[in-house]
Amino acid sequence: MKSVYMDHASATPVREEVLETMLPYFDLHFGNPSTVYDMGSKIKLTIEEQRAKVAKLVGSGTEEIIFTSSGAEANNLAIKGVALAWQKKGRHIIISAIEHHSVLNSARFLERMDFEVTFLPVDAQGLVDPERLSNSITPETIIVSIMHANNEIGTIQPISELSAICRDRGVLFHTDAVASVGNMLVDVNELNVDLLSISGVSLGAPKGIGALYFRDNLRLMPIIHSGIQESGRRGGTENVPGIVGLGRASELSAEELGEKISHLHELRDRLVVGIQEQIDQVKLTGHPENRLPGHASFCIEAIEGEALIYMLNQEGICANTGSACASKALKTSPVLVAIGIPPDLAQGSIVFTMNSSNRIEEIEYVLEKLGFVVKKLRSLSPVWRKKYGKQKSAKKHAK
Amino acid sequence: MKFVKNQHADDTLDLVCRMCPLHLMEPGDRLKCLKKGQVLEVLTDYDGALEDISKWCEKCGQELIGIEEGEDCYKLYIKKVK
Repeated sequence: MKSVYMDHASATPVREEVLETMLPYFDLHFGNPSTVYDMGSKIKLTIEEQRAKVAKLVGSGTEEIIFTSSGAEANNLAIKGVALAWQKKGRHIIISAIEHHSVLNSARFLERMDFEVTFLPVDAQGLVDPERLSNSITPETIIVSIMHANNEIGTIQPISELSAICRDRGVLFHTDAVASVGNMLVDVNELNVDLLSISGVSLGAPKGIGALYFRDNLRLMPIIHSGIQESGRRGGTENVPGIVGLGRASELSAEELGEKISHLHELRDRLVVGIQEQIDQVKLTGHPENRLPGHASFCIEAIEGEALIYMLNQEGICANTGSACASKALKTSPVLVAIGIPPDLAQGSIVFTMNSSNRIEEIEYVLEKLGFVVKKLRSLSPVWRKKYGKQKSAKKHAK
Repeated sequence: MKFVKNQHADDTLDLVCRMCPLHLMEPGDRLKCLKKGQVLEVLTDYDGALEDISKWCEKCGQELIGIEEGEDCYKLYIKKVK
């Protein structure tokens, strides 16, 4: 059976070049970077070299990067770290309604600690309204967090416009760029952000490594307390192989990004057009143009997303119903609710996220199998039969 | 320890929110960038730093001019002596 992996938003395979670079740091160079003898101090230098590579990828200063265990930890550190360090200035936080759970639940945690949180709504394409953001800022607001690109619907926010509003009002701005770094050009100065989260998972580095960009020695309360690691901002002995992997993956990403973007555009556009031509009553979710190059997401009427994923899996195709973290929750995606998708349609959510390794032949294979699976599921669906009758269910698939 | 007010400083090292024992490591590095006679302002919210930095100055032969209690942190002033 053919195998097609199109869930790169959940995890990417570790690149061969990345793995090769990491391996010596599991055994040969195993020392602790905080030690003063050569074995440790050389590793400390290696870490600083990787920091420079990550910094270069996002256009920041080397000292402005903190290594974390994941994009989720970077988001936690950004939100909680700023809130706790700046609480004397104010106790109001603004996030969008479509943030990743690591931002959403960090904000909810702070709500329990008597911070006030505003959840900004988005429009039908998933965009935050700049005017609404501006009107939500109060003298108590200390940080705004709005994700760069959404992992479920692919929409890219106008971050530089939103961050400019915050800068004018003296409010810090964080963006979760886990879905965008490695898939599009991301520059912290162009985006004009104070904090930006990165994950190794999106870059072909291993799971268990991420990074946070923080501007110019910004005060951040650590959330993992230990010693002097990461300049006293994030405790715990460094994940040296992971850091080396993230550094190498960042280097490769910077070299290959242009080519990757045009390849992903081609794949995504073929998939989007193919699905819309082939399947009736299907809605592309997210912004039609301002979306991640390798991201195609849909809601298919009268289909249960979980059943669809299961049947595609039987055809060797890996896709997702939404975010990897939420896909087992059997709950309507809050992102789809936020963009106004009716709950019954939201049940038929499917997300394809592609990478450089995907080929156009794989897209054709997915189109062929998806059409077949949707037809089969709809033939069993009383909702579909009741609404559209027999003739429609057979329509395009009879071609 | 002497309290000071409006003390001039040539450079500032912000250690607020950063973990112990950074306050014993970073002032030495930062003083290397200053000339003899110049003053480093160290910002910290860690109570233990007051005693630690005082002892560190004695041990390293630098002069702790004094301390000012800021709104959200302590400000310690170290003159580079050598």
